[in-house]
Amino acid sequence: MTKTYNNKAWFLVLPVLFLVAMNAVIPLMTVVNYSLQETFGDNLFFWAGTANYEAVLSSERFHTALLRQFIFTFTILAIEIPLGVAIALAMPKSGPWASVCLVLMALPLLIPWNVVGAMWNIFSLPDIGLLGWSLNSLAGAISSLLNLPPDQALTFNYTNQIGSAWFVVILMDVWHWTSLVVLLAYAGLRSIDDAYYRAAKIDGASRWAVFRYIQLPKMRQVLIIAVLLRFIDSFIVYTEPFVLTGGGPGNATTFLSIDLVKSALGEFNLGYAAAMSVIYFLISLFVCWLFYTLMTQSDAKREYEQ
Amino acid sequence: MTDVPAGSAMAQADAASRTVPATRTRPQKPLRLKWLVPTLYIIFLMLPIYWLVNMSFKTTNEILSGISFYPANFTTDSYVEILTNPVWYWGYINSITYVVLNTILSVCVALPAAYAFSRYRFLGDKHLFFWLLTNRMAPPAVFALPFLQLYSSVGLFDTPFAVALAHCLFNIPLAVWILEGFMSGVPKEIDETAYIDGYSFPKFFVKIFMPLIASGIGVTMFFCFMFSWVEMLLAKTLTSVQAQPIAGVMTRTASSSGYELGLLAAAGVLTIIPGAIVIYFVRNYIAKGFALGRV
Repeated sequence: MTKTYNNKAWFLVLPVLFLVAMNAVIPLMTVVNYSLQETFGDNLFFWAGTANYEAVLSSERFHTALLRQFIFTFTILAIEIPLGVAIALAMPKSGPWASVCLVLMALPLLIPWNVVGAMWNIFSLPDIGLLGWSLNSLAGAISSLLNLPPDQALTFNYTNQIGSAWFVVILMDVWHWTSLVVLLAYAGLRSIDDAYYRAAKIDGASRWAVFRYIQLPKMRQVLIIAVLLRFIDSFIVYTEPFVLTGGGPGNATTFLSIDLVKSALGEFNLGYAAAMSVIYFLISLFVCWLFYTLMTQSDAKREYEQ
Repeated sequence: MTDVPAGSAMAQADAASRTVPATRTRPQKPLRLKWLVPTLYIIFLMLPIYWLVNMSFKTTNEILSGISFYPANFTTDSYVEILTNPVWYWGYINSITYVVLNTILSVCVALPAAYAFSRYRFLGDKHLFFWLLTNRMAPPAVFALPFLQLYSSVGLFDTPFAVALAHCLFNIPLAVWILEGFMSGVPKEIDETAYIDGYSFPKFFVKIFMPLIASGIGVTMFFCFMFSWVEMLLAKTLTSVQAQPIAGVMTRTASSSGYELGLLAAAGVLTIIPGAIVIYFVRNYIAKGFALGRV
């Protein structure tokens, strides 16, 4: 569509600009302000320059939290994107069953995040939760099968085992968010005209060829949105893992947001937390810019082709 | 696609499968097991929910005494407690209040803005759009403390308005983004014809344009509702007693009176219900809405 050049359009954008600016710019200024100062309480602030930034960037704790964050984000992306596409491919194409699938699959997306955390907390309790109990029974059976001595027997307890905690956190995220990828991929698949499939059938294309050369290119656009949303949302995740594990055992599942809130509210280290906020925000901004460029480029390419 | 594509892709697929059934059936391939994949996935999705519902009908003693797959002493005490205790049910009312406020506010201001982005080029439009999107990417944890100071200083702390306004941070960009996608699907000739016929901009927008993108508005409202309903960090930070959301009530009760798992589970089940109702109403538009109108 060719757009008219008209600067009066700014008037239509003003209310949005006002509301978002109030919510984004003022708090961001506050954060930047704190990040440049040092406080010892009593509302006394001292100019600290870039000392806080240096402290964050050189701190072991920030590095490990960042590393943990990236491991978590890439793990869930590697699971959720292929799984979501596979489920979307297998879903009924229309009719009442398609509606049933959509409604049931969308359900986890509308559960408040703290309830998701609490629900998985209860679900995974080692002795009285369904998942924890099942895994422990399974682990017990395997241990006795392998004749492991009692002190080496396999157990599952996410409150004191790092591996178990990670397993539950990742499984929870897969449970919570795979549906988003499914719905996006499903929307992409539904937009493919049947003529493509007929043409593929006439050409005798294999199932894989249909997927690789028809379905995947048509889903490209929505999959970029899916990766973008999942990347960002998992990068800024706070509530669910915090309610589930509290960042523990130890610091094993302390992701960036949790670490940030710990240092800001828990330790009241405002300058440090603010500097960390700014760095954190810049990282997500950079990734956002990367995806946005990718998306607008493919938009432009599509318009050029038409 | 020229017309408003309200599920039209689905309708096309329907029509195609009716007229050319031969292309759909592939008798030579054993595809009978295909239904297993979504079925297993849905079972996986339902298991934790089943466990929550199961627990909500048990007494806390029964929950703690050991594992059982259904409540032995079926009790609705937890639900009765929530529905009769004002602290509990006001939590729900507060949550729904700020969610509805936020949804209306976001959609109302996003409509003209999305129209501007979809129809006009103007100074700095691309940068503005990108800046809006970056706010969708801002970690709420970063903003929690500054928000607290901001809304305390303007006297809105502990009111639903504070939460409704704070949630605009991520809901308005999202609303603009989705609506822009839907609006770009409406041909510009309609605008031009209406202006030639003598419609003023507000009249054209309300009488002609909004009905054309009605499904898009519905989907946008769904998304605003969803993200405002599920977000709890800001909602909890910006309220204390008067406007406490259900999440706040849940944590408070769980910590003060021991760990009442039955009550916690029942409260959790009740938070799922509004979402389930909303999904049911938009089920035919969900798929398209999730693609943000860009398929």
